[in-house]
Amino acid sequence: MKKIQVYLMALVMVPFFASCGYNSMVEKSEAVDASWAQVENVYQRRADLIPNLVNTVKGYAAHEKETLQGVIEARSKATSVNIDASKLNAESLAQFQQAQGGLSSALSKLMVVMERYPDLKANQNFLELQAQLEGTENRITVERQRFNDASKDYNTYIKKFPRVIYAKWFDFVEKPYFKAEEGSNKAPKVEF
Amino acid sequence: MQKLIMLLWVTLISLNLIAQEIPEKPNPPRLVNDYVGAMRDGEKQQLEATLDQFARETSTQIVVLVVKDFGGTTREDFAVRVGEKWGVGQKDKDNGLVVVVKPRFGNERGEAFIATGYGLEGAVPDAVVKRLIDAEMIPFFKQGDYYGGINAAAIKLMGLTRGEYTADQYLKESKKARPSSWFGLIFLVILIIFVMRSSSASNKSSLGGSSLPFLVMLGMMGSSRGSHGGSYGNFSGGSGGFGGFGGGSFGGGGAGGSW
Repeated sequence: MKKIQVYLMALVMVPFFASCGYNSMVEKSEAVDASWAQVENVYQRRADLIPNLVNTVKGYAAHEKETLQGVIEARSKATSVNIDASKLNAESLAQFQQAQGGLSSALSKLMVVMERYPDLKANQNFLELQAQLEGTENRITVERQRFNDASKDYNTYIKKFPRVIYAKWFDFVEKPYFKAEEGSNKAPKVEF
Repeated sequence: MQKLIMLLWVTLISLNLIAQEIPEKPNPPRLVNDYVGAMRDGEKQQLEATLDQFARETSTQIVVLVVKDFGGTTREDFAVRVGEKWGVGQKDKDNGLVVVVKPRFGNERGEAFIATGYGLEGAVPDAVVKRLIDAEMIPFFKQGDYYGGINAAAIKLMGLTRGEYTADQYLKESKKARPSSWFGLIFLVILIIFVMRSSSASNKSSLGGSSLPFLVMLGMMGSSRGSHGGSYGNFSGGSGGFGGFGGGSFGGGGAGGSW
């Protein structure tokens, strides 16, 4: 008889746990982690394009060693900063953003230099790489936006009453946002 | 008088605000949306029929927009937002394409962008899109032939994506999904029968006296079933023409060009 009562209690409690938002907190937190994975994906995609790009440019503009070296260094710096989704906080995200921003500005310098090489700009391989790079920058913008949306959704949820009281008991802490770009952090714009 | 001017200003500003938004999903759903009249009626119908046929055969949806401006944002952002808002492509495949063309008005440059859904980024890489716009579309656009350019690009896009997804595969999947909602109901009926039997059989024993836990459980099942609704509604819209958008997603892939 006792056992039945315990089962009964547990059954009655289940809807209560569901309605106090624990499950939703888990879901929203997972959504942030998933969108973070997408962000890392698109940044990785950009990093993967760079060796090819550098090799193509080298063939036409060998004396731009300094600029090319800058891109390679910024790339290795950017790829060395990886954040596990569970360790995502304002500090680590700022670090990540700074490393990636360094690569963005190195790339935009490279794009400016390339303007001086008409042969390079006519190269089919280069044109394709450039289209891919532009597409990747667009993807980065989109995924960053979605990450911020997911973060905002989660943060708003855990900060509302009554969850604000007990969210921290279960380690549901605030998630960070991508900050707006500073001057150095602009995506390379290439106009012909 | 001043009030009147004020009022005029407010109306102008609010009109301007409306113009800066992403266009609403067309109702009934349409694949070819020419907001500026750059194509003739016959051309639009022909293009719509071609794209509709293609969407039926492969489930891949190609949407065309000819717009006056990009709603105050960039062309790539505009195309991605339209794709997301309208849900171009199927939900589980993300196989949508959004072709946006801003014709040349006076001194303003004409611009075009093709956004690829997540699921088509492999079949239609950005570099291919770029070349397609430069080689297929812009030569026509330069002569003011918008239908010609869009049609040429659509033919290429259909060729590239034809092998990627098939409609039967989609139909099979959606059929498979249906029984799952019935499964819960059948399970429920079996459970009720089981409960009734066991409670009548063990009436005398002290254990089986209460059927309350089962009632609670039944109640929970009932409430959880409600959340499944709505996922099938995507394809029911539209009569006669194009069957409706499927809820595909876009990640910023694609390329653009100007002339």
